[in-house]
Amino acid sequence: MELKIKQLSIFLENRKGRMKKALDVLEKGNVNIRALSIADTSDFGILRLIVPEPLKTKKLLEENSFIVKIGEVIAVRMRDEPGGLGEILGILDDNNINLEYLYAFVEKKEKVAIVLLHPEDIDGGIKALIDGGEEVISAEEIYRL
Amino acid sequence: MIWNEEAECMLQEDKEILQLLRLRKVAKHAYNNVPYYKKLFDNAGIKPEDIKTLKDIEKLPFTTKDDLRKVYPFGMFAVSPKKIVEVHTSSGTTGKPTVSGYTRKDLKIWSEAMARGLVMFGATEEDIIQNTHGYGLFTGGFGVHYGAQKIGCTIIPISTGQTKRQIEIMKDFGTTIMIFTPSYGLYLAEVAEEEGLNWEEMNLKSIGFGAEMWTVEIRREIEKRFKAPAYNIYGLTEIIGPGVALECSTQDGLHIMEDHFYPEIIDPETLENLPEGERGELVLTTLTREGMPIIRFRTKDITTLRRGECDCGRTLIKMDRITGRTDDMLKIRGVAVFPSQIEKALLKMDGLEPHYQIIATRPHHLDELEILVEASSDLFSDEIKELVGIKKKIENYIHNEIGLRVNVTLVEPKTLPRSEGKAVRVIDKRRFE
Repeated sequence: MELKIKQLSIFLENRKGRMKKALDVLEKGNVNIRALSIADTSDFGILRLIVPEPLKTKKLLEENSFIVKIGEVIAVRMRDEPGGLGEILGILDDNNINLEYLYAFVEKKEKVAIVLLHPEDIDGGIKALIDGGEEVISAEEIYRL
Repeated sequence: MIWNEEAECMLQEDKEILQLLRLRKVAKHAYNNVPYYKKLFDNAGIKPEDIKTLKDIEKLPFTTKDDLRKVYPFGMFAVSPKKIVEVHTSSGTTGKPTVSGYTRKDLKIWSEAMARGLVMFGATEEDIIQNTHGYGLFTGGFGVHYGAQKIGCTIIPISTGQTKRQIEIMKDFGTTIMIFTPSYGLYLAEVAEEEGLNWEEMNLKSIGFGAEMWTVEIRREIEKRFKAPAYNIYGLTEIIGPGVALECSTQDGLHIMEDHFYPEIIDPETLENLPEGERGELVLTTLTREGMPIIRFRTKDITTLRRGECDCGRTLIKMDRITGRTDDMLKIRGVAVFPSQIEKALLKMDGLEPHYQIIATRPHHLDELEILVEASSDLFSDEIKELVGIKKKIENYIHNEIGLRVNVTLVEPKTLPRSEGKAVRVIDKRRFE
């Protein structure tokens, strides 16, 4: 079971309409975004996406002149209540695993939230979280959400 | 091979005698037949007969682009209009264009100069030359065309644009020599790669490029992409067009066809002549032109002249590639900055596309330089801190090159304008503020 989720990172200029243009490309390609986050500075941003078919979507974006990289993240199911995220971060801390960024979303059907984590050491992160009793979600399940 | 050994390998003493005779003749021709020159000479208190040595050229008045504009369109012609068989103009982007008129003899000189140059980079009658320079009022297209025909090459007069067709023709016709401007060449390579062209299958022997400033790194990039050596072509409409100077196989400077075009280097501020080997503004005099003799034309191009026998056997004086223009030099906080310096710094970064734009502004009564650079997938990282680091690294390279702090902005690929002629690299917004 693949536990590393493929994530697309897209380079965006910090300029009006750029994000919309990327999203328009995805709409035309009929790509349904599972999760999204954006990191930005005053000059540029990085749009991070989880989509059902990462390789195909990367190609689609590249054909439209976007710069795209594929990276990996871990998805963990957590309680959708105060303290849910703290518990997960605590496990990584205890194992001395540095987190570079994270983003989360709420799954309405199941009343749980899912957090996507990008630690420096992804294998170490997966192991620590499983050992700590957390529910790490497989790539297959995330793409299907 | 050397096209015209007698002219190109002439002994220095013999050449100086030839140049002096021709200089006296052309000065007299201009004085007697162009009222504007008569006035310039008279104002300077000099007569053509006063030229006793080559050094006396320094007493003659300069000709500037403004002079040519004042007599627009045909005021510089020294023969009756019926003897003019062709005209060309400069692009006219900075004002009224300047006109150049050619007699049949002038066209012969032009063909001869370009033939010599094309032979320098290996052209023979076996070659197929794809000329992407524009055919029209621009001299680039016709100059190459005439030179190639003189040699007997097969010329493909495809002109600029229709990039996909260029690639198809290159492949189908088996082009052996490509002619383009550096920026169009890079664009062409980009499209060729998208089209999946396999360079290994191409039979490219050499590339001639000109009409634009370039850096050593740009040449390397072009040679790497096209897998063929690239040679520099220099010329300007006012003097004749391409063919004033071209590069030989040593790729170490351009041989000036000095039996036809006499070069000097001056200090653009004091207008004094500079000794050989010093960097300054190139000044050219046409020694043999009939239709439109031009005396001491200030090219605004910055270069250096070097004499001495070249490994190729030619004795024609060499000029370095143009490293700046007196008019595209930007003064930023009092410091002279040339786009070529920025380009040099950018090309030190691996994985950076050589597409950039320089924007000068004056937000708070202080000059600022912003450099827009296209990001590439080699450069892109998923980490903000790494991207910021790359931006800082580029800023430092530029700082080392020009001594000023600039702001680098990474932009998305293929968003900066591509040119099919001369690239617009600099946008100076200061004068509008």
